Amino acid sequence: METFLQQLVNGLVLGSIYALIALGYTMVYGVLGIINFAHGEVLMIGALVSLTLIQGLMGFAPFLPGWLVLVLVLPITMATCAALSYTIERVAYRPLRNAPRLAPLISAIGMSVLLQTIAMMVWSRDPLMYPQLLPALPIQLFNSAVTITGKELVIIAVAFLVMCALLLLVERTRLGRAMRATAEQTKIAALMGVNPNRVISITFMLGGALAGLAGVMIATNYGNANFYMGFIPGLKAFTAAVLGGIGNIRGAMLGGLLLGLIESLGAGYIGDLTGGVLGSNYQDIFAFIVLIVVLVLRPSGLLGERVSDRA
Amino acid sequence: MSVLLDVTNVSKFFGGVHALDNVGLRVPSGSIVGLIGPNGAGKTTFFNLITGLYSANSGLFQFNGQFYSPHSVAQVTQAGIARTFQNIRLFGAMTALENVMVGCHCRSHTGVIGAILRGRQVRQEERAIREKSFALLRYVGLGDFADHTAINLSYGHQRRLEIARALATDPLLLALDEPAAGMNATEKLALRELLLQIRVDGKTILLIEHDVSLVMGICDSLTVLDYGKTIAVGSPTEVRNSPAVIKAYLGNSP
Amino acid sequence: MLNFISQRRMFLWLAMLSLLILPWCVGSVGGNYWVRVLDFALLYVILALGLNVVVGFAGLLDLGFIAFYALGAYTFALLASPHLTQSFAAIAVLFPEGLHSLIWLACLIGAVLAATFGVILGVPTLKLRGDYLAIVTLGFGEIIRIFLNNLDRPMNLTNGPKGIRAIDSIELFGISFAKSLDLGFIQVPALYLIFYLFLVLACIATVICMRLQNSRIGRAWVAIREDEIAAQAMGINTRNLKLLAFAIGASFAGVAGVLFASFQGFVSPESFTLWESIVVLAMVVLGGIGHIPGVILGAVLLAIFPEVLRGVVQPLQNALFGHVLVDAEIMRQLIYGLALILIMLYRPKGIWQKRGASTS
Repeated sequence: METFLQQLVNGLVLGSIYALIALGYTMVYGVLGIINFAHGEVLMIGALVSLTLIQGLMGFAPFLPGWLVLVLVLPITMATCAALSYTIERVAYRPLRNAPRLAPLISAIGMSVLLQTIAMMVWSRDPLMYPQLLPALPIQLFNSAVTITGKELVIIAVAFLVMCALLLLVERTRLGRAMRATAEQTKIAALMGVNPNRVISITFMLGGALAGLAGVMIATNYGNANFYMGFIPGLKAFTAAVLGGIGNIRGAMLGGLLLGLIESLGAGYIGDLTGGVLGSNYQDIFAFIVLIVVLVLRPSGLLGERVSDRA
Repeated sequence: MSVLLDVTNVSKFFGGVHALDNVGLRVPSGSIVGLIGPNGAGKTTFFNLITGLYSANSGLFQFNGQFYSPHSVAQVTQAGIARTFQNIRLFGAMTALENVMVGCHCRSHTGVIGAILRGRQVRQEERAIREKSFALLRYVGLGDFADHTAINLSYGHQRRLEIARALATDPLLLALDEPAAGMNATEKLALRELLLQIRVDGKTILLIEHDVSLVMGICDSLTVLDYGKTIAVGSPTEVRNSPAVIKAYLGNSP
Repeated sequence: MLNFISQRRMFLWLAMLSLLILPWCVGSVGGNYWVRVLDFALLYVILALGLNVVVGFAGLLDLGFIAFYALGAYTFALLASPHLTQSFAAIAVLFPEGLHSLIWLACLIGAVLAATFGVILGVPTLKLRGDYLAIVTLGFGEIIRIFLNNLDRPMNLTNGPKGIRAIDSIELFGISFAKSLDLGFIQVPALYLIFYLFLVLACIATVICMRLQNSRIGRAWVAIREDEIAAQAMGINTRNLKLLAFAIGASFAGVAGVLFASFQGFVSPESFTLWESIVVLAMVVLGGIGHIPGVILGAVLLAIFPEVLRGVVQPLQNALFGHVLVDAEIMRQLIYGLALILIMLYRPKGIWQKRGASTS
């Protein structure tokens, strides 16, 4: 039981992070109908940029408390990621709007490689230590069965707040309406006075900002950052978006949380389930298996729309 | 005269919308049957149903004396129904000749090993496919355009190419979805001649078409759809004078 | 007309002659290192041709293609090295002399195994749209890599991240390709022998691809790529043909994998990452998706160019800056990334444009 609860908590942490990244995929898919393959690299750049900023700030003003450093660095990081995401769209996707569908995907792969390479050049190949700026404060829950640290709580709380804010944005504001209109019928939205290019750019920027936040969270959670850290979480978050129903914002949130839980519980129990044949080092496989199962059995995801070819 | 295609009681819902409601159609062998009706009546949906592109919610399908359940487009073509599309669906990057050669696919059988080894039989089959495709292009009047890339052909030529390609599958029934759309008067006359020739050569034709004079001129019988329901069936003269048809096309006269 | 044919024939003879003496030229100028580069380039040619069948002919973007390469490589690694006999007593008993499979037999097994996995991958994914297919195949590739990396417990099948060593070198018709061949009037070094062997196989692969392209099957693939629904309306069983494309492409990679394992003598999961899949994809894209000569050119260029860079750029940086700012590996990745983007933006049909229609 303890394992279960502990893994539940781990799953919530993972899931919150996946949800934030998944939102970027789902929003872009909603307005453009494509998968932003380079999205995972945005989170990676976010983590590394924040690292540099943190090191800079701490060197410049060492008296600042850890959490304040983070609070100061975060907006800049998220803005940088928003700008990066915007650039990716302009360079790799916009010119290829009318090209056959494989073209933007291949271009995005190239962009992904490029970003990783730039990260390698600027920050070196080796994993870099990420400072623990949040209080460790392990808190015991449920009669010491479950331990949750301060940083994990912060991650969950911040992710939750941000997601609520996003929902408010999408459902209650003019911009949100424009986004939803563009997602449903781009040309008609344009006729109604919505500037689709602007909406698309803003969508990318929003997704980028969220990815940046997620990048900082991942780096904080695991204590390190390196050029390759975006790839696997990006892939898993994509799975989460598909699981929830791609194009559907609540779906991305639900999918993210679910995937985090599946992965955590799976990793926790896989040893028992397979009689020791497979261990938790197979953790990454769960996401891929979920992806394949979802796409084969229920491609519309839990809350969403169709993904397969139709006449 | 035997009935080649006999479809009864076909219905199709999309969500809450009745695209087709209890529609039936009989196509006698060797005839030209027209399926007409205002836009949105469900004609293309009907085509999609009998050729297996959509699955019907209900319906009994009989072709060439046998019941069939249309769920696989490829199987329907292999059984002998070939179709063209309302929005032309040619293989744009291929030449006209190659498009027709693709049509010969289901009546030839060189497999992977054969393709790789390319023995004498295989080469003979390739030659036969080429010749048959050339012949079909000449048949529809596109003999000079064999090496032209399909997307570079004029609209009218593209429509004829689609027909040649459909004929390459050796169909018993040729189902044409608005073959005259976008054609000028001369092209339509040529099309008329072509369709009549195809009938003379033993094929049966089912035709969706909006051009009234074309349809009245060559069809042996007409079925009229409106809002997914059959509103008239009969010879062109009968249908032309049917009050239900007049109302559907022109609305209530004052 | 006669002039043209004999011109073409002369060109072909010249090409063959130059390919025959190529390892000698390269070897004397650059040494064994560069002949090895050529050998690997030929392996990449086979890989690129295989991926071209999947991506170029049938239009299915497979980002996990390298998994089939891995399967072929590990097949030979298991069948022709001391690993299995060392890890499993039962096998050591069955094969007291050790496992030393014949390479051509292993190629066959590798091809069949890879093709089978190709079909297994294809069956659930056929209905998926282009980008989803890409991601799923990517996931598949990663799953294979993770298994290869972790199957050293509870039974040591793959030796995990350490990889499998001491793999037999190539031996065919009694000739060992690990040492020079003494022909009496000439001594042919091992690397040159391998070059010729790989060249023959690459030629066979090319011929197979060309024959497939100009056949009923090839036309059907292009039809599927252009418009799947219309292809079905032609009576084409699109499902089976797509599976066929997967299988054939995978089998190419499987054979190349067997050769790779034998050539390198050592395999580890590190050689089969997503990056390698992207490298092969870049080769196909550079050459023009679907265009066979272009794909071969793309493979050769992208296999050789990074080595040229390594040989030129690093000493240059040392001379200019005193140390290496940007190492060759990074430069290689930079170029691949830029190449993919720039080609899609400015020359989507590849650097060597195909003239006329897409087949014949």
